[in-house]
Amino acid sequence: MSAVSSGGTNIAVDVAVGQTRELTLVRDLTRTRIVQYAGASGDFNPVHTDERFAVEAAGYPSVFAHGMLTMGMAGRVITGWFGPESPLRYEARFRTPVFPGATLSARAEVESVDGSAGTATLTLTVTDQHGAVVMTGTAVVRTSAAGGAGSEDK
Amino acid sequence: MTVERFPVEGGHIMMFARAIGDLDPAYHGAMTGAPAIAPPTFVWAADHYDPDSAVRPKPGEPWVGSGSTPSGTGGPEPSDLGLHAEQRFEYHRPVREGDVLSAVDRPGRIWTKEGRRGGVLTFAERVTEYRDQDGEPVVTSTLVTVRTARPVGAAE
Repeated sequence: MSAVSSGGTNIAVDVAVGQTRELTLVRDLTRTRIVQYAGASGDFNPVHTDERFAVEAAGYPSVFAHGMLTMGMAGRVITGWFGPESPLRYEARFRTPVFPGATLSARAEVESVDGSAGTATLTLTVTDQHGAVVMTGTAVVRTSAAGGAGSEDK
Repeated sequence: MTVERFPVEGGHIMMFARAIGDLDPAYHGAMTGAPAIAPPTFVWAADHYDPDSAVRPKPGEPWVGSGSTPSGTGGPEPSDLGLHAEQRFEYHRPVREGDVLSAVDRPGRIWTKEGRRGGVLTFAERVTEYRDQDGEPVVTSTLVTVRTARPVGAAE
């Protein structure tokens, strides 16, 4: 897919069942990146932001990422494909905690297309560098009003 | 969570987009002067506008987090907050800079399940309706938390 410019433009996206898109979401996730998300989202829960608390008080191996950081990063594979205003539904299940050092990849696949409604249903899978599935999800997008900035894969 | 006023600002959208690593220009209007669109998970940042948010330190109040001790002093135990198991968003329309949202939530279903490692797992839904300044629905969010007998991923 060629990169397209700026959000808001209306471009029909040709979409067919079985099409896939993959994106590397983050390489070697840092604690600082998790803190950056805490600041932007307002979720400063110390299990995400405070290594000493997470390990010594809460009993985790380390701080871990907000599930919503993974869901937010994975949203790029949807909006980069169909546009920032395309989502009608976006759902995620957080399968296992994501710890610092993780490299995450998202894969989206078109599961069904409703031509008359102008929508498509996608399944999403986010895996780490060991192949473990950390998040699964689904999204329903409008296919007739796409036009996100073309954040090309990788 | 009850949020009476959540003004959707371009600078906040930009910071949120940076945090999720998304450089789509649609989210970075603050840098160019164009009105920004919010990323799909942006309403999660409504915590900033919840005066009673349990996940933000407040001046003069106890906070569970390390200071002179690993756990700080007082406040709710982190396990009381549960872990985020599942999240669903339904979009009635995109969220855009200039919207002034409000959020009201209600409890949803509660169910239990036998976990593989953590004993009995208790799942609970919280449904939040985000509306704009005209009272029109914008996003419906369903949060599912899970509480476990011991921390997931902790050493056996």
